[in-house]
Amino acid sequence: MPEKRILLKNCGEIDPGQITSYEKKGGFKALGKVREMSPEEVIEEVKASGLRGRGGAGFPCGVKWELARKAPGKEKVLICNADEGEVGTFKDRYILQNDPFSLVEGIAIAAYALGVKKVYVYLRAEYHYLFKTLRNAFTQAKGYLNGLKVEIREGAGSYICGEESALMNSMEGKRGEARYRPPFPAERGLFEKPTVINNVETLVNLVPIVLKGSKWYSGMGTEKSKGTKIFSVSGDVARPGIYEMELGCTLKELVVDLAGAKGIKMVQVGGSTGGIVPYSMLNTPLSYETVLGSGAVVVFDESRDVIDFVYRTMEFLNEESCGLCTPCREGTEVMMEILGRLVKGDGVEDDLGALEELSDAMMASSMCGLGQTAAVPVLDTLKYFRNDYETRISQSVFLRSLQPVEVS
Amino acid sequence: MGQKESKREALLGVIKEEHAKSGHLSKGAMVEVSEALGVTLGDVYGVTTFYSFLSTWLLGRHVIRICKSIPCCMKDAERLIEWIGKELGIGPGETTADGRFTLTVTNCIGACDQAPAMLIDDEMYGPLTPERIAEILKSFD
Repeated sequence: MPEKRILLKNCGEIDPGQITSYEKKGGFKALGKVREMSPEEVIEEVKASGLRGRGGAGFPCGVKWELARKAPGKEKVLICNADEGEVGTFKDRYILQNDPFSLVEGIAIAAYALGVKKVYVYLRAEYHYLFKTLRNAFTQAKGYLNGLKVEIREGAGSYICGEESALMNSMEGKRGEARYRPPFPAERGLFEKPTVINNVETLVNLVPIVLKGSKWYSGMGTEKSKGTKIFSVSGDVARPGIYEMELGCTLKELVVDLAGAKGIKMVQVGGSTGGIVPYSMLNTPLSYETVLGSGAVVVFDESRDVIDFVYRTMEFLNEESCGLCTPCREGTEVMMEILGRLVKGDGVEDDLGALEELSDAMMASSMCGLGQTAAVPVLDTLKYFRNDYETRISQSVFLRSLQPVEVS
Repeated sequence: MGQKESKREALLGVIKEEHAKSGHLSKGAMVEVSEALGVTLGDVYGVTTFYSFLSTWLLGRHVIRICKSIPCCMKDAERLIEWIGKELGIGPGETTADGRFTLTVTNCIGACDQAPAMLIDDEMYGPLTPERIAEILKSFD
């Protein structure tokens, strides 16, 4: 399956600093069309399209909007989540760099449907170099925004702030710690107001949905995954970069045919807590039903050490855990300790059972997605590469038995 | 929105401003921010130490953040961190004696297609080689 550039059609074609170049490509036509519809009609159209959140969690966008619109409270809030911190993900950066106007138009469409007067964009501190491009895009588009207020808020370096409840805490000037749910943001979010938080790519999807209709859009993809998806491909590939594919395409088409990967051992899809696909399952379709997440695709060739990778991933999650709930804060710590032991050759047979037991507790009792999914790469590699773990442990036990016993 | 709420909301922004001005958030600055916004000193400290771009100790004029997450790590980021440390005579978390650079390692900066990558202050650089880093470092005073 070749690439299908719908969301990225302007990237490389327009000048991201000049709105006229976007207008020449048909820019802001979708916004014009939306304003001839009622907000309810727009929400219905988005619901019918089957669009699901592109940040990783995959919640149906139209349903989220409807919940917020129906929630009590006159003033609603829209936040664009541009805190792209998921390891291996750089699609939102690519959009902001190459076509910020599509995001501006998507935001304006969402704001109209939700009836909000003010929109926030939460931009990660690591992307500060994109701030000017984005602000310029909003400034140039002022004539289209009908008085909609836009504020770009910047983070200060924190992975967890991409998680929506932590993001809201950060915007309220607090530590970026996750919140208990319910209440969900659509009921009570930022400053207790009904809040919709949409990822950059989700918002960009609104432009073609409005222009070509939900029927056209839902004609692409699989039963539960409609449209196209932007994939960020990195790791052991000849051509790392951004690829837009129709959902349901296979992992093989993406990493082998397009990105030129060779001698693959495994692929992680969806970021640091994403699922692992071994080489033997490379024909797995990419969709919400299988593996997808944020669309991060990191390819590992046969030279890579599975346990070392899982250890580093756990180290990342441990560093980035907000530390509020015990299962995540302590669970990632203990997992890191066990995995570190395995890497160093100090593993014992009980370690694998301990990892599995801990995984269950973390998944069942963590407050947010980080802790709930932190064990995914551990469990997936234990499933597909258990032999690597067992061999490492038995070799370690054997090597330790050769060391002379100290006699005092 | 109440006045108290709006002051609390401003906390992260005020901390960032102070941080940009003096390269860190000193104890004195934390007390000042706490009094100006009417939030506890504990809250100011708590917010400052939560975020990786904020520091309570003085940073160098330029902060180097080398990415150590998996995609960069697969492209030898660790060797690069070692190399740059030797070049500057400091380890991660340290500042050069002349106060020119602070070296830190960071998690994914979203430049995996240009791995190994780094940020110096607000600019992103990648893909990096020792030669390229040497050139880049020369351009900072």
